[in-house]
Formats: sequence, C-alpha cells, structure tokens
Amino acid sequence: MALKEVGPMEPIRTHMQIPREELIAPGHSACQGCGHFIIVRHLLKAAGPNTIVVNPTGCLEVVTTVFPYSSWKVPWIHVAFENGGSVASGVEAAIKSLQKKGILPKDERINVVVFAGDGGTVDIGFQSLSGMFERRHKVVYVLLDNEAYMNTGIQRSGSTPYGAWTTTTPVGKRWKGEWRVRKDMMQIAVAHHVPYAATINPAYPVDMYNKMVKALKAEGPAFLHAYSPCPTGWRFDPSLTVEVARMAVLTGYWVLYEYDHGNYKVTVPVLKRKPVREFVKMQGRFRHMTEEQIKKLQEIIDEQVEHINKLVGKTVIGPVVEEQKK
Amino acid sequence: MVKMVRKALTTNYAVAHAAKDSDVDVIAAYPITPSTPAAEKLAEYVANGELDAEYVHVESEHSAASALVGASAVGARAFTVTASQGLIYMSEVLYIASGLRLPIVLGVASRALSAPLSIWGDMHDIAPLRDAGLIIYFVSSAQEAYDSVIQAFKVAEDPRVHLPAIVDYDGFIMSHVTEPVDVIDREDVLKYIPKKVTWNTLNPKQPISIGTVGDPDYYYEFKYQQQVAMENAVKVAEEADKEFEKMFGRGYGLIEEYRMDDAEVAMIAYGAHAGTARVAVDKAREEGIKVGLIKLRLWRPFPTEHLMKALENVSVVGVLDRAMALGAPRQGPVVKDVISMYASDPSKAPKVASYALAIGQRDVKIEDLVAVAKQLDEFAKGKEIPNKTICIGLRE
Repeated sequence: MALKEVGPMEPIRTHMQIPREELIAPGHSACQGCGHFIIVRHLLKAAGPNTIVVNPTGCLEVVTTVFPYSSWKVPWIHVAFENGGSVASGVEAAIKSLQKKGILPKDERINVVVFAGDGGTVDIGFQSLSGMFERRHKVVYVLLDNEAYMNTGIQRSGSTPYGAWTTTTPVGKRWKGEWRVRKDMMQIAVAHHVPYAATINPAYPVDMYNKMVKALKAEGPAFLHAYSPCPTGWRFDPSLTVEVARMAVLTGYWVLYEYDHGNYKVTVPVLKRKPVREFVKMQGRFRHMTEEQIKKLQEIIDEQVEHINKLVGKTVIGPVVEEQKK
Repeated sequence: MVKMVRKALTTNYAVAHAAKDSDVDVIAAYPITPSTPAAEKLAEYVANGELDAEYVHVESEHSAASALVGASAVGARAFTVTASQGLIYMSEVLYIASGLRLPIVLGVASRALSAPLSIWGDMHDIAPLRDAGLIIYFVSSAQEAYDSVIQAFKVAEDPRVHLPAIVDYDGFIMSHVTEPVDVIDREDVLKYIPKKVTWNTLNPKQPISIGTVGDPDYYYEFKYQQQVAMENAVKVAEEADKEFEKMFGRGYGLIEEYRMDDAEVAMIAYGAHAGTARVAVDKAREEGIKVGLIKLRLWRPFPTEHLMKALENVSVVGVLDRAMALGAPRQGPVVKDVISMYASDPSKAPKVASYALAIGQRDVKIEDLVAVAKQLDEFAKGKEIPNKTICIGLRE
C-alpha cells in the first residue's frame, strides 16, 4: 500500500510521503547540480507555507532573488552577510511580541528558518549565530555547507577541508591547498546547549526531512548542518551531486548524526567505511593531493569518526575497509 | 484634555520614556557609553511590566540593528539606543534598513570616535551617517528629545517616507543631565502615532521577498526612490511637528530662528551648543552686534528652503560644527551642506565662516561664542574670512 503524503512538520517513512507542494520555484539561476536546492526544497516542504525565511548573503540569495524575480513562495528576507542569526532573532522576537499583543493571530504557528552558507555561518556570521543560540530564539538555522565562499568565486572559509584547492589556497610551489582542519560547527552548536542539532545530507532525503521536522518542533534554537556539494567549486560533473554527497557519508567524511536533548545518535551507521581516497578522487579540488596529504586527510577523518563514536558510546561508524580487487 | 506629567529626566531617560510611550514592540540594545542608561531604563520598563515589548539582549550593535530590521520587517515598532563606535559598527545595517524602507527609530547619544579613545561627547559618530538614508534630528533639550522620538515614529512610518530615523543628542552634556520633561499619557501619544503597520511585511498569507538583488537595471531606481522619500520627509516632518504642537502644545519647526528678524550676521548651531549660542547672541546683542541664531533641528533631510529663507538678509553666517571632516576643504559636516545650498546661484549666498568646536567635549564657554559673533561682525565689515575652518578652543 502506498503511503500517503504527509502535512508539514510530520515525520515520514519514505520519500513518497513528502508533500507535493513546492515552496521554492524553478527558474532560478543556480549552477547545474547545485546541492543547495535539493536541501532547501525538501526542508521547506517539511516546514510548510507558514514559514519566514532569513537568508544571509550567498549563492542561495543571489540565484533566487534577482529583482524583479523571486523563487520564494514563502516570505523571505535578506539583510547582509554576517547577521542571519540576529535578523532571525528579531523576526522571532517580533512574532512573539505581536502575537502577545494580538496584532498577529495568537494561535498561528510561524516557523522561522535561516538558510546560510558556511562563510556566513562559521566565519563572518559566527557571532550573531552564537547570540541567537544563547538567547534561545526559536529558529531553525540551516548551514548550507559547500566548504568555501562559492558566491564570490571559491575562496577558502573556516569550513574548507584539509587539502582542498580554493582560489585563496591555491596550489603552488609552497602551498598545496588548504593546510588547516575545518571548524566543528556541530560541537560549537552543542556547546550552546541547543535542544536539537543534526547533520544532514541530500543523498539521504528521508533522514534529512525527518531531522528538519525535529528541528522545527524543538522548543528553542535548532541547528542543521547540511552538506551541500558544489560542482562548480569542487570540480566534479554536475550529474554526480548526490553521488559525491553519498560518498562523503560512506567514507565517514560526513557522519549523519544528531544531538537530541542531550542524546547523540548516528542516524546512518556505516559499518564498513570506504577509504577517503574514494571521496577525494571524485573531485578536482583534491586533484593535486599527494599520497602523504591523502594519508593526513584520512587521519583527520579517522579522528573525527572516533570522536563521534565516543559521543554515541559505541562503534557505529566502522573501520576503513579497502575494496577487494577482483 | 491631554494629560501631562512633569518629570525630572536625563535625555537618556527622556528618550527611553518616549519609546515606552510609543508602545514599541521590539527593543534590541547593546551597552555603550553614554547611551547605556537609556538601554537600562528600557530594560527596567520591560522588567516591571510598564512596557510590553520583547527585549533582545544582542551581542553587538551590529546585531542590534540587524534584529530591529528583522523585527520591523515583520511589522513591529522597533527601537534602540546607541552611540559612537556602536553607531559606526551598526552603520552597515542602517544603510540597509533605509534601503529596505523600514521605519526603525534610534536614539543616539553622540560621542567621539577612537582613536584616541574618547567616551566624551561630540558629533563624529553621527556625521558619516548623513548619506545613509536616515532621517536625523538634532535635539537641544531633554524635552525636545522626548518629543522628537515620538515625532520620528510619525515621520518614519508615514507611507510617503518609510525610512529609519535617528534622534541625536549630545553625549553627557545632554544624555546625563537632568531636566524637567513633560511626558504625555501613552493613550494620547498613540492617538498621535497609532499602531498601524503601513509598510510591507513578511507575512505567510502574502509572501514577499525583501532585500533582493538590484542589478544595474534597477539599483539606481531603488536609490532614487529613497531620495524621493527623503524629499517627502521635509514636508512630512513639518506636518508632524505642527500636528504635535496642535495636540500637545509644543512645536519646534525644522529650524528654530532666534533674533533673526534684524540680524546682519548669524550662527548656525545644533545640539546642546545651540543653547550656549543663544545666550551668546543675547550678550553680543548687548554689545550692539546684530547677530542671530539658527538652531538646526532636522539635519536629514536638509531643510534647504527653510534655511535659505532664514538666511536671506544675512551677510555672513558662521557654522558651528561638532565634528572634523579630515582632509576636506572645511572641517565639519553641516558647513558643507550650507555652502552647497547656494551652489546653483552663489549670488544669493552669504559669506560662510566654518568653525569647529567642542571636539571630544572640549569645553565651550559663552564668551567663546560671543567672540565668534564679534568675529562674524568683523567679517561682515570687510575683514577677510580664512579659507579654512577656524578651530575654537584648540591648542595649536
């Protein structure tokens, strides 16, 4: 028996239950294969039309709202680059105040959702996000992480992975791509005592959708760290977005887990991990990497996996198992 | 009959009181000297239930302005207070608030800018915001500050305007000085500024996109519309002041003329020093100098026609500026406006003398301004005006 489409903010078991109503229109000017739109489209479906979107400066903003056009079928605001957290705080505070005073209908639920990039979150928008978390605004903050400043032309951010080429970590005689380890935004969110935080990935739409539902239902700020492959900046064929996203999970590069009121859970266990090399070789941004660099990246991933296994209290992400050569 | 209660208030408290009486819905504030007491007073009002508002304890002034943009975009009456580095820090967002046509109101207790660090009053903070697309009032008393915050909401929320507004007062000299203030009953204030959302808001029933990209085909028109709104605001501010006077018995005009009827020379002053200048005019008049004073109340939009009319019969005008404009032909933000008013027909222009004073709250005495009046008189009688700004009270 086919499962029926659900209403907004209800969990699903299969993708067949995802609401049909589209809240972001096609015809925008994003690159082919842009990961953002798989994510935003699904998350908006989970939130439903009673949602206000705050969108700091970035790819998503510029490709959806070149005046006089807009792809947004929900109310949407863009203010600047570094203030998604504080604009959303004001939106939420105003809804609260106006509902209390009866200026807005008292019993009508309005979701507030931020869609921000990695630059706008882990770098320039870090402070305003921290304030939003700490003040307990009921906002779902979605970090669309494509691991560099893609809108300005692929410059490194605090979320750029070890080894990656970007236009500001070019490969030359001295530099061989990014040499530092990215920030761990999940742990930063958790350190703010948010009730709900999770990583999501467009290759796992049901997991992604249900985490959004949980985030929307949280009694305070919720954080979703979305992995958003960027064919333009990562140098891969636009038809491979979902495969690159999936490989990130299968190699343990991107662990799908959640922090739900103090409890950690890995939602997509990977018992036999593929070596990170499998992920690296799909993308031109890692093309220059030496054996030594790949080894170092593997170590970084191993450490990250071990850390998450410790958080959940068991080995849910297993060891690297090399494919048997046939 | 309108109910008024006389209270002893600093300008900081008067501004907070006015925000309370305007029934603001959202406040987002961050402490900075010398506006902090206003932020504290607002918190006190919310804490004890006198004001039903959401108070967002933001982590910076940049976020204060950002939160107010978000709040105003939902339809809230939004307010903050700040000063100095705080105003400069939030200025990026204030430009945007204007571009988004959101009627946020701010109280600014003007203070010097670093470096060197100075917590004392002058107008270096507000000066660069003259081109940001905000309505800017300069006020000279706690009463005027109180009344102007209420008028600012009226003007900002007017559909012909829809721009943010600043009520600027002197750090310390006004912010921390207690004066008698007649406060108006909230009900009566709200008859003057009813809670009606006149601007476009984020509403799920009628979704709109606010803050889109304006490419070369559209950006120019957006900016021009802001300028039209600014031009409209001159008339709207005048109407708002007249209506205020009719309802509450106090009006200020966009400029205030003092002993200008037969004046041969004039001073233009703003903020607290307009009061000092007034006394200086009286003293100079006793010595036979036909000097008058124009207190500039509305700086943006600039009341060009009002000012030109007031200066019609004056041969020399001295502009008393409170901020430096480093590297410019004249040191001071207002003097440049005064000079440029006459650009299309210099034959109508009086001679203009530029003065800088009270920088970093350097003390200005009545005698200093009497001396200015005398100097203006000498300029009128043919003495050459220096081709640069005259710095009062400076050790060179």
